[in-house]
Amino acid sequence: MSQHTLDARRLLCPLPVIRVQNCVMDLSVGDTLEVTCTDPGVRYDIPSWCRINGHHVLETREHEGEIIIVIQVGSRA
Amino acid sequence: MTQTRKAVALISGGLDSMLAAKVVMDQGVHVEGINFFTGFCVEGHTHAIRKHDTAKPKRNNALWVAEQLGIKLHIIDVIEEYKQVVLNPKHGYGANLNPCLDCKGFMVGKAHDWMRQHDFDFIITGEVVGQRPMSQRRDTMPVVARESGAGERLLRPLCAKLLPETLPEQEGWVRREQLLSFNGRTRKPQMALATQFGFVDYAQPAGGCCFLTNEQYSVKLSDLWLSRGKRDYELDDIMLLKVGRHLRPRPHFKLIIPREEGESRYLEGYRRQFTHLQAFTQNGPIVLLDGTADEDDLLLAARITARYCQGRDAANVSVRITTTDGTARIVEVAPLSTDDIRGEWLL
Repeated sequence: MSQHTLDARRLLCPLPVIRVQNCVMDLSVGDTLEVTCTDPGVRYDIPSWCRINGHHVLETREHEGEIIIVIQVGSRA
Repeated sequence: MTQTRKAVALISGGLDSMLAAKVVMDQGVHVEGINFFTGFCVEGHTHAIRKHDTAKPKRNNALWVAEQLGIKLHIIDVIEEYKQVVLNPKHGYGANLNPCLDCKGFMVGKAHDWMRQHDFDFIITGEVVGQRPMSQRRDTMPVVARESGAGERLLRPLCAKLLPETLPEQEGWVRREQLLSFNGRTRKPQMALATQFGFVDYAQPAGGCCFLTNEQYSVKLSDLWLSRGKRDYELDDIMLLKVGRHLRPRPHFKLIIPREEGESRYLEGYRRQFTHLQAFTQNGPIVLLDGTADEDDLLLAARITARYCQGRDAANVSVRITTTDGTARIVEVAPLSTDDIRGEWLL
């Protein structure tokens, strides 16, 4: 299991989701991806994308206007 | 054992595609959704940018629909490929710069490619005969099926009974008698079916889901092409057309002026890519200058910037002008009066 990061700052919905989707394609089950965003819509869209695709949101936090979401790749990837 | 057939549904986030997918799912077909991001989608971006839209949920409706249906959704970035649809539509434009027939053919064609790559059997759309003046007419629906390459593998469950049988019906993958015969612009049958399915919350976008159907947006896109002397665009170009007032006081430059805080914050992200102006001692929005400007032009831009700051009624306002190399200077200018902002400048 490995940890990865993704910079999705300044991207607006649905581009952060598309970037996450494309990144997760290359990861293995159990890997984590920490994605940093500025579009507030990701608070809904990334968890929604994770739920329908079998991945897990481990953490969501905000820091200086940025939204950081940590995802763990699930078995349906 | 009967083989479970698989269909890919074009999911826009609206009601029709949601219903179409549900009708087929209820016949035991495995359905997954596909959604194409062209850059012109109304979804998402405008909600994210504009502060006054905070009452609306900042959600992507295609994802939300997929979650309600319990299906996977594949969101595909088609920004680059879609340029040819916008710039050279074989079937021309609709009332504005909307190439609806070419667009539908393109999207069904992309879904057909995806279907073959992923070993799916057919494609579902939420089209209804007679609902749209260009792409959803009885005579243009076969054009979409033919030009996309999908042919008989394209099923429109909401109006299938009004159309010739498709392969999924001929092969018994779906039962034609359980498909529908919706027709025309009325939304009542869709709303009744939504109630029947228990869907109480669904998107009803006013004016469609694409900025290209918007007259004001199309005017700004035409202006962009005219001012640059070529028909082309990058993603940032078409994003910025969604934001702020666009004033073109001279043929060789325009100003983008945010209308509220959310737009201001969004334009701040472009300050390194554009010469920009902002009132220095008074509160006022950042103003982006797109194009080329000499000293007289910069002073005019500064006066317009001063017009939109809190010091608009003062004799003079300090405006900071910052060029793309980061060089900044302050100029003292008299704010332009409302009467001096000519109507023809506003795009």
